[in-house]
Amino acid sequence: MSAVPAEAPAAPTPKLSASNLQVVFGHGRQEVRAVRGISFNVRPEESFGLVGESGSGKSTVLRAICGLAPISGGSVSMDGTAIEGRRSKTFARRVQMVFQDPYGSLHPRHTVDRVLSEPLAIHRFADREERVVAALKDVGLDARFRFRLPHQLSGGQRQRIAIARALIVEPDVLLLDEPTSALDASIQAEVLNLLQRLRAEKKLTYLLVSHDLAVIDHMCDRLLVMQGGEAVEELDRAGLKDHAVASDYTRRLLTASEGYVR
Amino acid sequence: MSASPSTPLLDVRDLKVRFATRRGAIEAVRGISFSVGRERVGIVGESGSGKSMTGRAILRLVRSPGSATAERLALEGMELQTLSERRMRAVRGQRIAMIMQDPKYSLNPVMRVGRQLVEALKVHERISSREATRRALTMLEEVQIRDPKRVFSAYPHELSGGMGQRVMIAMMLIPRPDLLIADEPTSALDVTVQLEVLKILDALVRERGMGLIFISHDLKLVSTFCDRVLVMYLGRIVEEIAADRLHEARHPYTRGLLNCLPEIGGSREPLPVLERDEAWA
Repeated sequence: MSAVPAEAPAAPTPKLSASNLQVVFGHGRQEVRAVRGISFNVRPEESFGLVGESGSGKSTVLRAICGLAPISGGSVSMDGTAIEGRRSKTFARRVQMVFQDPYGSLHPRHTVDRVLSEPLAIHRFADREERVVAALKDVGLDARFRFRLPHQLSGGQRQRIAIARALIVEPDVLLLDEPTSALDASIQAEVLNLLQRLRAEKKLTYLLVSHDLAVIDHMCDRLLVMQGGEAVEELDRAGLKDHAVASDYTRRLLTASEGYVR
Repeated sequence: MSASPSTPLLDVRDLKVRFATRRGAIEAVRGISFSVGRERVGIVGESGSGKSMTGRAILRLVRSPGSATAERLALEGMELQTLSERRMRAVRGQRIAMIMQDPKYSLNPVMRVGRQLVEALKVHERISSREATRRALTMLEEVQIRDPKRVFSAYPHELSGGMGQRVMIAMMLIPRPDLLIADEPTSALDVTVQLEVLKILDALVRERGMGLIFISHDLKLVSTFCDRVLVMYLGRIVEEIAADRLHEARHPYTRGLLNCLPEIGGSREPLPVLERDEAWA
């Protein structure tokens, strides 16, 4: 539906870009076309949002980028190079994902220390000890959390660990899949602030998926609204603020985000 | 059971819910008092504030090792705590109904929706199966299900979240309860579906003159939907305020909850982080 806007001449190579990306699961009668031709560009050090309701394919886009879902058509590229097939180890280090559910994404019987050390071992980092301590500090947890198990942490603390785990291998792109929707509003504020600070400090590029327009608006400069696997429209922050939206669907999302109207 | 007009629908005085643990008793609800008329009352708080336990305690559904006590827990003047379990069962569903967060866990997965509805009807009234079926279909229509026949013969897994929640509402409303306790009824739903479900609840409360206790963590939603809001923190009600005056809330906790939400078109400054004080509880 909405084409990618023509790039300004001086635009840098996008950090991440998807062009007519399609994801299909199953064959024949059971075929599900989860993503049906999505295109977007994420500039270096930008935070780009994908908004939609359940089944819109927004999480599948993230999964396709990091190789957890097949790229069935179109292409995805990073720094101008197409991503395909088995992801290289370098790619796996540079692009990290944070999932929605901090209860499900941490191994219940691994201590924080082990959760954070494992990626360091895989990617052959030296001085792991210091890095683990530093990573905890980065996400605002003190060193006494290091030898705890996930069940000894609150939801917000677990999500901080999940973020620390993603950042410990020094990625440049974070794929954030509803990172705060399982958290209380007050804890959400803390995690959003943390993500904002880390992005500025570490010059990260974010691709953030959420169903919450207000969260996306707070975090991102541009966003793509998705519905049923298709792109509805691309918006920037100003457009969202002025309700300058083209489609009825986006307008409905905007209305819904303002609460109940009698 | 006739009550004078001044008797509230539900009157709760000094309600406490305690859990015995190995490390001593934990109080999830620490002596709260409130009353509900034929209106929409929201209970808001973070996880662990005791809001769900309050809802369960009203229905006497707090399970061991937990226990609930109250100076008074009365429905239209009738004390619920002293009722026999058999008579309490008649209150549950018939007079006070409850809707939970996720319809997936509240419906029987191996029973068609229609049969569950008919069963709910027949528990409460002595009617023929044909009459029950007819009533069930009408109920499904009443909660704005476009194709009631299809939903009637569907299994729960064949329904979307929004549909499932409508079915739950239909089922709860069959015996025409006086009070409905809705515990996060729309939190598992998409935002646009959420509004549709709320519209249905709103219409039902208005048309039938039901009382509604709406338990939610979403302060914004509650303030736009309810008439009155109780804000809970660590088992206590820290503030009670008319929903349309929520922006005038005084309590630092309520203010904190309001301010920590990102807003469309808001500033990019770090969001204010909620300050907590044990002394509030």
